[in-house]
Amino acid sequence: MNPALMSRNDLFLLLGFTLVVLAMPIWLAPFGAGYPDLLQRFMIYGIFAVGFNILFGLTGYLSFGHAAFFGVGSYTAVWSLKLLTLDAIPALFFAVIISGLFALVIGFLCLRRSGIYFSILTLAFAQMSYNLAYSVLTPITNGETGLQLTLSDPRVIDAAVGHTFVGQPIPTLLGTPIGGYAGFYFCAGFLIITFFIAQRIAGSPFGMMLKAIKSNQTRMQFTGFNTRPYALSAFVISGMYAGLAGALLAVTDPLAGAERMQWTASGEVVLMTILGGVGTLVGPVIGAWIIKYFENILSALNDNILARFFDFLPDGVDTFFVKVIGKFVGDGWHLTLGLVFVIIVIFLPGGIMEGVRRVAAMFDRSGGKTSTRTQAAE
Amino acid sequence: MFEVIFLQFLNGLDKGAAYALIALGLTLVFGTLGVVNFAHGALFMLGAFCAVTVRMFLTMETVTVDPTQLSPWGAPLEIREPLVQAWLGDFGAVLVNYSVPFSILITIPIMLLVGIGLERGIIKHFYKRPHAEQILVTFGLAIVAQEVIKSIFGPNPIPQPMPTDLRGAADIGAWLGMQANVITYPIWRLVYFLFAGVVIGAVFAFLQFTTFGMVVRAGMADRETVGLLGINIDRRFTIMFGLAAVVAGVAGVMYTPLLPPNYHIGMDFLVLSFVVVVVGGMGSLPGAVAAGFLLGILQSFASMNQVKAIFPGIDQIIIYLVAVVILLVRPRGLLGRRGVMEA
Repeated sequence: MNPALMSRNDLFLLLGFTLVVLAMPIWLAPFGAGYPDLLQRFMIYGIFAVGFNILFGLTGYLSFGHAAFFGVGSYTAVWSLKLLTLDAIPALFFAVIISGLFALVIGFLCLRRSGIYFSILTLAFAQMSYNLAYSVLTPITNGETGLQLTLSDPRVIDAAVGHTFVGQPIPTLLGTPIGGYAGFYFCAGFLIITFFIAQRIAGSPFGMMLKAIKSNQTRMQFTGFNTRPYALSAFVISGMYAGLAGALLAVTDPLAGAERMQWTASGEVVLMTILGGVGTLVGPVIGAWIIKYFENILSALNDNILARFFDFLPDGVDTFFVKVIGKFVGDGWHLTLGLVFVIIVIFLPGGIMEGVRRVAAMFDRSGGKTSTRTQAAE
Repeated sequence: MFEVIFLQFLNGLDKGAAYALIALGLTLVFGTLGVVNFAHGALFMLGAFCAVTVRMFLTMETVTVDPTQLSPWGAPLEIREPLVQAWLGDFGAVLVNYSVPFSILITIPIMLLVGIGLERGIIKHFYKRPHAEQILVTFGLAIVAQEVIKSIFGPNPIPQPMPTDLRGAADIGAWLGMQANVITYPIWRLVYFLFAGVVIGAVFAFLQFTTFGMVVRAGMADRETVGLLGINIDRRFTIMFGLAAVVAGVAGVMYTPLLPPNYHIGMDFLVLSFVVVVVGGMGSLPGAVAAGFLLGILQSFASMNQVKAIFPGIDQIIIYLVAVVILLVRPRGLLGRRGVMEA
């Protein structure tokens, strides 16, 4: 690639990231995470977190309502699958457009305030969407049951082309059903593309402008820049990312429920971004992976498995360990998440990426041999 | 028509009182320490579970099997007698009956300790850090508190009975000289409203009429100067954090008969209370109280069928809608001071 277009480090980062992502089914298998369902979730929430980071990481605006865009994306995608065609491309396209428009409206209003007020405004809008999705908008959202594909859906385009389906409708990509590893690679492609876009944004003059908003918005305004269009663009872009992620979730698992829009879901993406490292490119993705991984692994553990694991300990001691650790896994894994999160915020506000950087710096000082390239490829 | 409106007004009072109490605590913390405390809802929940625990202890009972009598199922009758009743006689029975109000006595020192511990242990280190990080760490703490409670008490709501004397409805209409049995209102809600009034009054009196309160108010206005006068303002602010925790805790205790507490009750109230604080004006105590009642009553009116017929779904979003309008039109809120958090 033209070196002027993209610095060497960025290129390495992108290549390394691509390799890591595409090889996931292989290197995650020993950790018990090498199955397509979970891998798809990794990709989807990775996209969500990358998008969230464009807003929070670059401009510093902490949104507590991003789940609304995620939910809107999901609903739009399912409606496209129901009304137009089972093909995924239009579903994703419409989801991104609609959630982008939605973000434009909400962002236009919310960005009139900053700081804590911005957080509460976004929270208020997201809660409104959630409450409405549960109550008045039931004809659109199907309320508590969630929106599902059925055999009797019209699917105008499919019908016009003469496609007919037998059995449970499954979303397709140009005729091939999206499921299993095909679904994973489909999502992985999107993660890599969106990562690339985020990388370009962060390095562009536009990205610089966003970072300037974060460090001192007042000074920006005094120097004559109107900051709001920039912040609004960042808001809309990250809303579109969230919509894309929501749509992918709907495409790989065609069921959209209102709980995706609840503020705890917005909180989750904040956790992912902070855990990984806010403002870094890779951090949010890693945070998303870690949270989704432990959500699946820890919540699957139960006392029986733990008892087998601690079998080597003498009686009494092992039941004690099982009792104590049992509180932190299974249903209680949120407790672990909360504790880890508190510890991260207190001691490592830069998240895992800052930890990596600190460790690397330590090695640099003592050994001086560890290359910076491994760090760049992280 | 007047009766209907008056009834909706009353219906809004108890929820409004809960909002006002939580918002009052939030504002105390924000006004003194400048910390945006997302864990405040968790304190409300902890208070509620103090009541649950107290009742659990009070209702520990001995079971004796009496073979001479048979239960309706034909098995020997089991006679259960609360230990407290066995030890203290009639007073014990009263204690069990009034377990919810009684728990307040125990909740106050517990919440004071929790509040002070929280402030000294963690929040103290976040004064100089950005608001976003304060939100995040308290949000994390809230998750932890919530999950600890969940792992101890389980995920299901635990109903708390109200004292037998305070069950049923009061005929408020008749009291006010109107037609009888038109406006009736559950007694416990009335109790909650009065209780909230007393707590709010006590907090304001404490701040207004004691030397301690005066120093705290001075510290809220200008922390540095008060510190330079040789007053240990930090310690007083810590105590104010404890006080805010107590207010949230007792609000939770008294709310248990109205809404069986479960582990996420705090979060449910917290989101709304933040909105209340913002509507009232960050840092303004009267604003928080007024906005709490105002929004509670508005919510109650919005859930009237006549209103819902005109604006479907308005009952679900009214509070947020008001908050959005207030924030966009008058960012410092209804009673906020000029220049405080006016971004």
